[in-house]
Amino acid sequence: MLAIDSLAKHFPNGVIALNDVDLAIDQSEIVSLVGTSGCGKSTLLRILSGLESASHGRVAIDGEAVSGPHPEIGMVFQEARLMPWLTVADNVRFALKDEDKATQDRKIADVLAKVGLADFAQAYPRQLSGGMAQRVAIARALVRRPSILLLDEPFSALDSFTRLQLQEHLLELWREERFTMVFVTHDVEEAVALSDRIVVMRGNPGHIHAEFSLDLPRPRKRTDADFQHWKEKITQSLDLS
Amino acid sequence: MTAEVYNRETEAAAPDRAVASARPSRVLSSLSGTKGLIVPAVLVAGWSTLSWAGVFAPNLVPGPAAVLAEISSLWASGDLTSHIGVTLTRVFFGFIAGTLAATLLGALTGYSRTARELLDPTLQALKAVPSLAWVPLFILWFGIFEASKVTLIAVGVFFPIYLNLVEGIQGVDRKLVEVARLNRFSRLDLVRRVLLPATLPSYVVGLRAGLALGWMFVIAAELMGASEGLGYLMIDGQMTGRPAVIVASLILFAIAGKLTDALLAGAARPFLAWQDGFGDMKGASHARNR
Repeated sequence: MLAIDSLAKHFPNGVIALNDVDLAIDQSEIVSLVGTSGCGKSTLLRILSGLESASHGRVAIDGEAVSGPHPEIGMVFQEARLMPWLTVADNVRFALKDEDKATQDRKIADVLAKVGLADFAQAYPRQLSGGMAQRVAIARALVRRPSILLLDEPFSALDSFTRLQLQEHLLELWREERFTMVFVTHDVEEAVALSDRIVVMRGNPGHIHAEFSLDLPRPRKRTDADFQHWKEKITQSLDLS
Repeated sequence: MTAEVYNRETEAAAPDRAVASARPSRVLSSLSGTKGLIVPAVLVAGWSTLSWAGVFAPNLVPGPAAVLAEISSLWASGDLTSHIGVTLTRVFFGFIAGTLAATLLGALTGYSRTARELLDPTLQALKAVPSLAWVPLFILWFGIFEASKVTLIAVGVFFPIYLNLVEGIQGVDRKLVEVARLNRFSRLDLVRRVLLPATLPSYVVGLRAGLALGWMFVIAAELMGASEGLGYLMIDGQMTGRPAVIVASLILFAIAGKLTDALLAGAARPFLAWQDGFGDMKGASHARNR
């Protein structure tokens, strides 16, 4: 379980990015953080990843406080962030260490097969499309078999067709591996399609405004009335006016 | 000195760029090599024709035949080999010394903030001193023989390498560094697996600019006082009124500079084949594995 207790983040310039955030996320749960820009959702995710430290409060995995990057956590960013000088396989190898080469090779082959890129192990990032590059990033985040996967608007730079494909693909991987997912997005439809729970955040200072548990069965159909109903409800809660 | 910043976002930039990209064919690259010879060939032909027609005074502008004859007689006497050898040796040691110093200091100030705040202002100030202004001091310190020449060359080589290296390290994409942090890289691994490869392109730019300056400074050093070397050969040609010797030395300088630069670029190419720039689109450089 991932527990966030009265978390706050103050930046040196006086901006309060997060104020008193409490959230508990169960194992294998999919939680989306949605909100307009500046609501602190990305900052929250960066604190969970260990890249950023909190000013107050704490984050704990299974009761154990986390400070700094943690092996049980994988992260995918908006950009694939691949090393352009490394092949796909060696980019995935970035997340592995303390193992012999043969074990690494086997794990890399496995995870690349899972994301459908087995044939591209020796390709370089510049030879990949945006969607393929993002799948490599997902493979790199999952190759250690983390119990928690954090995603920071991972599909927002992709075209809508590729985005749909990758959303489905991510759910497939989740069904197999059952990792906990915390997903930052500003796409309400994406949030409704993926999440067990949607956390709506608002800014000035960043805080949790509302939480919605979605009782929609999976697989979800985007055309269903229930789906549309949830979309409407979340959009209203965002207060875009 | 220009420093190129390599800050590429391969991701998401071109969503539909297909896997296969244009592969430079051998034919094409050998052709582009030949194309580079067209302009010199035309120039030599024009020079030859004009000299033959008597447009130039032969005692000021010697024809290609006279220059060629001069080169071959110098070659036959063995003088040419020793002059080239001496000049090459000076450039070599000056380049090595300048590169070592620039790499050490550049890595230090690029990586460590404290070192940068401490050293960089001083180095930037020294850069503002025209390098030839060091000559009197170097001669006073190191005498008129090899040491002062090699030092002068090293100073010339130092700055472009230092500046490009620092700029390269500073310009490494923070986003890639974060990936290393997420995977709990040690400092050493961060340097070895992220900073070093990411900095390499601008470092190579610096090395090539440094080498070019090395050739510039070896001439300066040899013009000011030497008894051997291509620069001395030029002065000798001027003193004895033999323009063919001067032109021959010029051509030899051009060839030597071009060849050493090609050697350096060729040695660096395998490490930079991953770059995805405009220059690669035209198929000038390298074959890839897919």
